[in-house]
Amino acid sequence: MTEELIIAGFGGQGVLSMGKILAYSGIMQDQEVSWMPSYGPEMRGGTANVTVIVSDERVSSPVLNEFDSAIILNQQSMDKFEEQVKPGGVLLYDPNGIINPPTRKDINIYTIEGSKLSREMGNTKTFNMIVFGAYLKIKPVVKLENVVLGLKKSLNERYHHLIPLNEDAIKMGQENVVSILEL
Amino acid sequence: MAEVKLMKGNEAFAEAAIRVGADAYFGYPITPQSEVIEYLMTAQPHLTTGMVVLQAESEVAAINMVYGAAGAGKKVLTSSSSPGISLKLEGISYMAGAELPAVILNVVRGGPGLGTIQPSQADYFQAVKGGGHGDYKMLVLAPSSVQEMADFVEDAFDAAFKYRNPVMILSDGVIGQMMEKVIFKEQKDRWTEKELIEINGSWATTGKTPDRERNVITSLDLDSHKMELHNHKLQAKYKQMEEEEVRYEEFMCDDADYIMVAYGSSARIAQKTLNKARAKGIKVGLLRPITLFPYPTKVIHKYTERGVKGFLSVEMSAGQMVEDVRLAVNGKAKVEHFGRNGGIIPSPTEVLDALENQIIK
Amino acid sequence: MDLKDIIKPENLVYTKTKNMTDKELSYCPGCGHGTAHMITMEAVEELDITEKTIGVAPVGCSVLAYEFMNIDMQQAAHGRAPAVATALSRVMPEKVIFTYQGDGDLAAIGTAETIHACNRGENIVIIFVNNGIYGMTGGQMAPTTLMGMKSSTSPYGRTAEQNGNPLKMTELVAQLEGTYNVSRHAVHTFKHVKKAKKAIKQAFKDAMDKKGTQVVEIVSNCNSGWKMTPVKSNEWMVENMFPYYPLGQIKKNGVLVNNSKD
Repeated sequence: MTEELIIAGFGGQGVLSMGKILAYSGIMQDQEVSWMPSYGPEMRGGTANVTVIVSDERVSSPVLNEFDSAIILNQQSMDKFEEQVKPGGVLLYDPNGIINPPTRKDINIYTIEGSKLSREMGNTKTFNMIVFGAYLKIKPVVKLENVVLGLKKSLNERYHHLIPLNEDAIKMGQENVVSILEL
Repeated sequence: MAEVKLMKGNEAFAEAAIRVGADAYFGYPITPQSEVIEYLMTAQPHLTTGMVVLQAESEVAAINMVYGAAGAGKKVLTSSSSPGISLKLEGISYMAGAELPAVILNVVRGGPGLGTIQPSQADYFQAVKGGGHGDYKMLVLAPSSVQEMADFVEDAFDAAFKYRNPVMILSDGVIGQMMEKVIFKEQKDRWTEKELIEINGSWATTGKTPDRERNVITSLDLDSHKMELHNHKLQAKYKQMEEEEVRYEEFMCDDADYIMVAYGSSARIAQKTLNKARAKGIKVGLLRPITLFPYPTKVIHKYTERGVKGFLSVEMSAGQMVEDVRLAVNGKAKVEHFGRNGGIIPSPTEVLDALENQIIK
Repeated sequence: MDLKDIIKPENLVYTKTKNMTDKELSYCPGCGHGTAHMITMEAVEELDITEKTIGVAPVGCSVLAYEFMNIDMQQAAHGRAPAVATALSRVMPEKVIFTYQGDGDLAAIGTAETIHACNRGENIVIIFVNNGIYGMTGGQMAPTTLMGMKSSTSPYGRTAEQNGNPLKMTELVAQLEGTYNVSRHAVHTFKHVKKAKKAIKQAFKDAMDKKGTQVVEIVSNCNSGWKMTPVKSNEWMVENMFPYYPLGQIKKNGVLVNNSKD
């Protein structure tokens, strides 16, 4: 099994930490992982993206131009990465702020109202975990118990009391993913 | 079993520096390697191992601090990225001349000038062919994973002290910024002054004791005859490195008709290309030089004798390492370069296209 | 009386410190460097810190200081001696570290390293020999070259419009929190040599006591660069250098001294 994923959106949406939690979860189940961010000034307010690879084998290139899955969280990223999803792959996006929805017919497309649901949960910081939950529903590359272990590893101990909230957010995402196009 | 950690290459380098028992790190922030000094400042190794960490006023000051500490026989490191390494080259040349051991990390970004903060491999010439003034060489190690960013710290110190010569770890923005699994070795103690002298001899400026003549660290000799002899001594060391220190990794080279040559992050990309090409039935192999100086010239020469038809040098530059491939091939087969510049990372499919169009066609 | 009858231990009135090698000094006859070297090395011997003192030589006339000073020494790149000394002091806090620098080294190319080492309050001694000219390279203008003074790169005399004003580096670093004792001396008369040596000894003591950076400037002559006889150059120094670079204590025990007359 090899999953090659791009997560792309605005800085501050938790794009990089979502990727980190996935990578840690992969380690918890003895898989090979890589996490390659866009870096530099664009992290602060502009677009941010991270390529995460989880595999049973040694990871070759950490930088890719085609992906099994893409999680898209703003229009700029949609414009850039829709075409980079492999035919038959998965594109998951939050419709909030998306003016031009994806048009491809050869990929599986899903939405998650992460922004809206996080407000409903009363904590907008749960946004990325709601989206992550939706992704895991579509692509269960890591087990939920390993995600919890991954959260413990990747979060500073003083935030460990927030882990149950994150678990709730993941469940919220799993329950609310909407299928737009399934091949 | 040692714990598996998920870390950036820059952080892994910093942690490995503490664990290897380094005495000091002197640096100056520059993207994309500032995580090194940030990690060390947060870790506060002065409270545990006694390692000194200092943010200098400039890269120039930092490398001269490295010179000072190295002259005292200490295990000392610095790190920077391309524009900062340019500033450090004066000091590196002095260290090569004065025969001082030190480990220097370059997390390369695109140039020339201020360039870009994105990854590049355009500092190959600078690292491998000297860079600073005078006839000198550094041993250059090129990590292609976060694990190697950690492991090469100890390898670099071993070589630095074996040869009393600066060693460069030539990384880039991909390897520095990405996170991968990494396992660290156990914490080692720093050398005491007694151990330092027992292990390395007493050449360092630790204070003149009555049992020996004074020790002097200098790269100067106004007597040209003596300076020529000193140059001969340095060249003999570089020759010995060529004989004893060459390291490389081969992927499916045994039956290959064509061979890609790539180091660092380009080697990772080329591995993906290799898988794609083999799936298409193309018999291609990949040679990953781990030491860039000394270069694996002999193994490339061996491929040509076996009848390999073409070589593609893949690097994030306008074509620098390709010159060393050409020297090794010596006209016996086709050699081409493929690369992207200015911080653009080539994709595995682009490399495959280049292989098919520039080499196989 | 035979010479052998005179050279006897009981007739000994002066002996060269063991901390100076027997190598003949390469400095021009009449130059102050030899004396500055000697009192530095005497201070080290008298304080009994030879085994733990490491010196850093600059680029300039005193680039070969390590040939004359019989202690462990490093030769630094031009201007970088304070950075080298910083590292030595940090990695070996139990040792005594000093730099020996000229005005081109300390006040031109090494300005940043000097100011930042002083600002960090590195526990080192900086011995700064100021002769207002680049001696080693053949008499070019230094940042400390006096107004109107001729040199090979200011052949019609230094002007403020062209070259700016002579830099009082010692007064400048005295302003920094990290410096503890800052003083200016000379070595052209026995009286001045005695004072300078006392200051250097105190500087070593205070550095050992971790009180911060100690700066001792020695205003000196450069008879070759100034194109004068040694005697004339010392007279010229008293008449021209001392008014602009007045001798005396500039900062004492971490407090600026108002009156710097001597």
